Amino acid sequence: MYQIVATKILAPSIKLFEIKAPKVAAKAKAGQFIILRVDDEGERIPLTIADINRNAGTLTIIFQEVGYTTKKLGCLNEGDNIVDFVGPLGQPSEIENYGRIVCVGGGVGVAPLYPITRALKEAGNEVISIIGARSKDLLIFEEEMKAVSDTFMVATDDGSYGHKGFVTDLLKQVLDEQEVKQIWAIGPGIMMKVICATTKPYEVPTIVSMNPIMVDGTGMCGACRVSVGDETKFACVDGPEFDGHLIDWDLALRRMNIFKDEEKRAEAAGSCGGGCGCQ
Amino acid sequence: MPIIKVKTSMPSQDPKVRKSNFNEVATGYTKEMALQEAERCIQCKNEPCRQGCPVEVDIPAFIQKIKDQDFAGAADKLKEKNNLPAVCGRVCPQESQCESFCTLGKKNDPVGIGRLERFAADYQLEAGVLDPEVTQSTGKRVAVVGGGPAGLTAAADLARFGHQVTVFEALHVAGGVLMYGIPEFRLPKEIVQREIDYIRKLGVDIQTNSVIGKLDTVDELLEKGYDAVFIGTGAGLPYFMDIPGENLNGVYSANEFLTRTNLMKAYKFPEAATPIKIGKRVAVVGAGNVAMDGARTALRLGAEESYIVYRRAAEQMPARDEEIEHAEEEGVQFKLLTSPIEIVGTEDGWVKGMTCVEYELGEPDDSGRRRPIKIEGSEFFMEVDTVVMAIGQGPNPLVPSTTPGMELKSKGTIVAEDGTGKTTKDGVFAGGDIVTGAATVILAMGAGKDAAKAINEYLQNK
Ligand SMILES: Cc1cc2nc3c(=O)[nH]c(=O)nc-3n(C[C@H](O)[C@H](O)[C@H](O)COP(=O)(O)OP(=O)(O)OC[C@H]3O[C@@H](n4cnc5c(N)ncnc54)[C@H](O)[C@@H]3O)c2cc1C
Ligand SMILES: Cc1cc2nc3c(=O)[nH]c(=O)nc-3n(C[C@H](O)[C@H](O)[C@H](O)COP(=O)(O)OP(=O)(O)OC[C@H]3O[C@@H](n4cnc5c(N)ncnc54)[C@H](O)[C@@H]3O)c2cc1C
Ligand code: SF4
Ligand code: SF4
Ligand code: FES
Repeated sequence: MYQIVATKILAPSIKLFEIKAPKVAAKAKAGQFIILRVDDEGERIPLTIADINRNAGTLTIIFQEVGYTTKKLGCLNEGDNIVDFVGPLGQPSEIENYGRIVCVGGGVGVAPLYPITRALKEAGNEVISIIGARSKDLLIFEEEMKAVSDTFMVATDDGSYGHKGFVTDLLKQVLDEQEVKQIWAIGPGIMMKVICATTKPYEVPTIVSMNPIMVDGTGMCGACRVSVGDETKFACVDGPEFDGHLIDWDLALRRMNIFKDEEKRAEAAGSCGGGCGCQ
Repeated sequence: MPIIKVKTSMPSQDPKVRKSNFNEVATGYTKEMALQEAERCIQCKNEPCRQGCPVEVDIPAFIQKIKDQDFAGAADKLKEKNNLPAVCGRVCPQESQCESFCTLGKKNDPVGIGRLERFAADYQLEAGVLDPEVTQSTGKRVAVVGGGPAGLTAAADLARFGHQVTVFEALHVAGGVLMYGIPEFRLPKEIVQREIDYIRKLGVDIQTNSVIGKLDTVDELLEKGYDAVFIGTGAGLPYFMDIPGENLNGVYSANEFLTRTNLMKAYKFPEAATPIKIGKRVAVVGAGNVAMDGARTALRLGAEESYIVYRRAAEQMPARDEEIEHAEEEGVQFKLLTSPIEIVGTEDGWVKGMTCVEYELGEPDDSGRRRPIKIEGSEFFMEVDTVVMAIGQGPNPLVPSTTPGMELKSKGTIVAEDGTGKTTKDGVFAGGDIVTGAATVILAMGAGKDAAKAINEYLQNK
């Protein structure tokens, strides 16, 4: 059992949990993820490590309630336990001093972007951050990101805060004005796809964090395969970060939909049957 | 007494009924059936059957106990050599192991050793197993990496020697392939759980959710005070064919297909939260146990047609005879001497079929099996909407790649000494599929046993 030691609501349907798992905390690095199961009938779902507190032996995860399992998780409170929590999985981000870099985050993707950005800042990079969300109330981790950035920009789709439009508009401006060594982009698949299309003509290496469907997270099932260049890679062990310019995005986005019908059925069956009184 | 020529048949669920449920297919001998079958054994003095068993179960002795109606005693006899008799009685390829050496088998059916083994083990599980005595501690600590049959066997024996054993298992339950791969209808998970509980009672500490190489490495385990390490991480890495269309929606590795269904209980979806998507026409590529499991699982999940597509001929199928028979009875169709060269998709990326070619048999190859040769111009289209790749598995590199100083073979398996499991790294032993490549449960257990003995000696001299 793994205890939830703190919870916070960051935005409507986006929650932060701190979970006690000292052994994982001792090893985890920015860019890695965990897999958890809420209860004995639960699905194994991957979530990125958003922060690590080695002294307290806890890890922070931030998740958006999008379906059955994330909603069920969201019903839990401080002090509750989940049955399984395994990690750290995947390769850590390659943190070096590249020079001037840009970190772009969208939606809940800002959460996993934060520890990478912080590590890049600590490694001496000049950090330009661009974060975005559909609207102001969905924007998370603004203060945290600001604190580890030299330049900080915000875009919202509806213009309720910062630039009205997409993060790619701001990214394009930056690329037109300044020389950038490397870009990190984390967010919904479609956002990462568009960012890669934007940065390609500038030939700036663009690292994305893929979030395919996973089961075990240890290279055993191949559910997470992504096509990178001419090769098939398993995102859980070879990734989750890859060179975004080599990704077959159409394939990656299609593979996200494999269980669409089943996901709807699960949701209809109800995550907690309303019994827990969380809604 | 006249010899009964045929093996007492195994009661099993009607194929028409069982192909739509996940309950166990073979329901097991009754006491009377077991006694009848045990009577067939003529108690050969030279015990030929024992050479066929990788862990040398004292077969005549345990069968004699059944004859004497001391069923629990029979189970105890089995457990002297085999920590998981209820499992082995069900899944060992007996026809190529113990039973292939049985004297009766020369003229008639061999004794149903596996069936009797299952009967005795089940009887004891049912009657309630007495808690084993915990051996007094030697104060030595051993880490076992991987909770499959190899690791569990090594752990149990090491605990019996009095060492303090911790098993580190990557998944949320121990059991390895027994839990995630072999389906419920062939090996009920409850049986595996009970056998694992018994191993726990020997004093073995099983830590799930522990991926070695990501948490501690093998070196770190040694630094943290473990006196020896046994690696039994199996051959869990699924192979794909490297043909176009393999990443289309609807193509699974057998591991994913079976893990979703068995470990995650997708057949109970949405009551269990993990989904599986199954088409109407399913092709499983390969013809080993894994492929048979895939094809039979597909039927149970609701597929209307389930095919085994295999490059070689019927006699060359590596699966256990019983699995092939069961698959046929349930209506699995065999497309032999056939292999896909491309998986074809719809516009929105779902499988709609496979382009296949036909083969004929040529000269024997290195493995002694006649080599399949492609027939030019034999391409044809096979309409299917789900494809399961069951063409084999290799070693997962997670532990080997994080353990410097341990020699590997070219395919990534670990170099380990026969009979001891000693690797080229001091204090590190290995066994099971991670050493041999994908093999069998009992071979993995045999390797675990050998390694436990060698580790015990190593610790005494340390
Ligand atoms: C490496 C990695 C890191 C991730 N990090 C985060 C994170 O930090 N925060 C966050 O909110 N989300 C993250 N995700 C996505 C998260 O895993 C899914 O949102 C979650 O699994 C959805 O489960 P559900 O039952 O609530 O929704 P469902 O209704 O099952 O699915 C909703 C969506 O999630 C996808 N999905 C479903 N099951 C899985 C699965 N087993 N693995 C991956 N995706 C799945 C589906 O394609 C679908 O688009 C990450 C995914 C990966 C692979
Ligand atoms: C579908 C299927 C059907 C089969 N049917 C039969 C059959 O009928 N009869 C038969 O004899 N054999 C059968 N086999 C083969 C048999 O199951 C294997 O040979 C046997 O399980 C090997 O045992 P093992 O202990 O070496 O490895 P495994 O059973 O693979 O166990 C390895 C364990 O190590 C864990 N692990 C891996 N990496 C790590 C890590 N880094 N840290 C911690 N833990 C880790 C894994 O999660 C797993 O639990 C079948 C195999 C499959 C896949
Ligand atoms: S363990 Fe397997 S090979 Fe050995 S006697 Fe039992 S069934 Fe036969
Ligand atoms: S060889 Fe056959 S008949 Fe002889 S002891 Fe073994 S099981 Fe019995
Ligand atoms: S999640 Fe199973 S191999 Fe990556």
